[in-house]
Amino acid sequence: MASPAAAVIRIEHLYKEYATDAGPVPVLKDVSVNVMPGEFVAVMGPSGSGKSTFMNILGCLDIATGGRYVLGGRDVGTLNKDELARLRNQVIGFVFQGFNLLPRASLEDNVALPLIYRGTPRSERLARAREMLAKVGLDAYHRSRPNQISGGQQQRVAIARALVTQPTLILADEPTGNLDTATSSEIMALFTELNQRDGITIILVTHEPDIAAYAQRLVRLADGRIIYDGLVEHAAPEHTEATS
Amino acid sequence: MTAAMLAEAWLAMGANRLRTFLTMLGMVIGVGAVILMLAIGQGTQRQVEESIASMGSNLFIILSGSTTSGGLRMGSGATPTLTLADAQAVEELPAVNAVAPSAPGTAQLVYGSNNWSTQVYGTTPAYLTVRAWTLASGFPFTDSDIRSATRVALLGKTVVDNLFGDEDPVGKTIRIRSSPYVVLGTLAPKGQSLDGRDQDDTVIVPVTTAQRKLFGTQFAGTVRFIMVQAESAEAMPAVEKSINELLRQRHRIREGADNDFSVRNLTALANAAAETAKVMSLMLGAIASISLLVGGIGIMNIMLVSVTERTREIGIRMAIGARGNDILLQFLLEAIIISIVGCLIGVGLGVGGALAVNAFSGMAIVITASSIFLAFAVAAAVGIFFGWYPARKAAAMKPIDALRYQ
Repeated sequence: MASPAAAVIRIEHLYKEYATDAGPVPVLKDVSVNVMPGEFVAVMGPSGSGKSTFMNILGCLDIATGGRYVLGGRDVGTLNKDELARLRNQVIGFVFQGFNLLPRASLEDNVALPLIYRGTPRSERLARAREMLAKVGLDAYHRSRPNQISGGQQQRVAIARALVTQPTLILADEPTGNLDTATSSEIMALFTELNQRDGITIILVTHEPDIAAYAQRLVRLADGRIIYDGLVEHAAPEHTEATS
Repeated sequence: MTAAMLAEAWLAMGANRLRTFLTMLGMVIGVGAVILMLAIGQGTQRQVEESIASMGSNLFIILSGSTTSGGLRMGSGATPTLTLADAQAVEELPAVNAVAPSAPGTAQLVYGSNNWSTQVYGTTPAYLTVRAWTLASGFPFTDSDIRSATRVALLGKTVVDNLFGDEDPVGKTIRIRSSPYVVLGTLAPKGQSLDGRDQDDTVIVPVTTAQRKLFGTQFAGTVRFIMVQAESAEAMPAVEKSINELLRQRHRIREGADNDFSVRNLTALANAAAETAKVMSLMLGAIASISLLVGGIGIMNIMLVSVTERTREIGIRMAIGARGNDILLQFLLEAIIISIVGCLIGVGLGVGGALAVNAFSGMAIVITASSIFLAFAVAAAVGIFFGWYPARKAAAMKPIDALRYQ
């Protein structure tokens, strides 16, 4: 493995606890992990294992209560809200289980949305959006609304939106959770292509072993700790079993 | 960036057209009401001011006094105690601009086959100065007409219309109580007085003519009242005092005895009327502004609902890189657009309403650029003020909470 300094993600002794009426509840306990450029990582774990919290912190949507998280050379813990927004905009592309497209906007406007927050001029925004739509094979639908296309197509649009800012990292949270098997494999093929051809780092949360199998590396969480971190094919069967 | 935000705001508003329209309606009605009420209020105010200006400025009227005979007290003007000589003496007082003694009466006028009954004022040329009255045609009579009590007359517009129609009256001879009078000129129209009388329904003749030839007087040289114009508003109290002193002296009234005349300040009354009109105008505006406030609260209400409804959208936007200020700007722009567009329609409706009121009821209206500007400024302020809190609320959301919102 290359030196940690070149890592896209460097996480050292990360803790996260939530304040509740019954006192603080620890969710992540001493999590340390590095992700190198070009890796394709699957994150698995039963519900309550802390994988959602882990993804939210990775995506700079939530802040850890202890430890260090360095993303693209910047220590996330020292950034303010606006700097976090900037980082999300420039470094990360999100793909969600529920697609999360704006229902009233056309597909091209949806894909172009992240560029608004960069101040990109409209003509360039739309040109880039069309380019990304073409990349996911939906160029013909650029004026359609999200509710006029299928779930698999919506997820492709979401991927196009994640790609439009040319991120170094794509975070996908159960991207195939709402899709049937055939569509799921299409989406996973697209992720694999982005990873292998364009060298984009991908971190993907899933509870399905056959989805996790598309990745090279598996990180398995249980009760807020990493219990396995290694190649997918070397994982013991209990580490890749379906969780829901 | 702002252009993109505007487009986003527009899109959001278009998504729920009925709601946007209803929210806007509050603003439309508010602004419309303010414009309409200001137009009517200022119209009334201007009408009162014009009436006051037509009366003449810095005026006193001296009325001959009341008398008591056998326990029966007669009203003001019942006894002829004022004379032309009194008027001439008042004219000599300092700070007095013009003095017009008047001997009014009613008489029947005849010209050709037309006749008309009207108020005839016997007065001096100074009357025109005092009343700020100009001639529409011809010339006024002069002091020599007063001295020789010639039969000449100046006609008000209403009289001209009734006796002459379209004919030019200057130089023609009319009959007043059967005697012939030469029309020297016609008076410029003045319209209604404050108490609603037609000021143009009048004829002016030399005071001496009225006294000696037209009405006759119980005592030679007496007049019913004297109008006095002071040089300035500031000089009025001093002038009033000196008139009192002069006339008491001239009428030989003993220390402690009542005046046999009374001096009234017409300007004070007029100012009170103007003040009333102004207060009414302000009241109308204030009441209308309340509806503007209610409109603003409507905007806030809907924006709050909208922010809650679109929590997930806010979460998505934040996840892909929107900063708090971007979200704030988006919702604030929506509120401001609703306000401004509502204001535009409201201005149209208000102006249209005012014109309709004017057309159907004849009520005077004044629409000023300043009242439209005011409505605009208030609308923008209302949009920012009432849009701020919901927008702030949206911007302060945590991206993770907003994304999870169902």
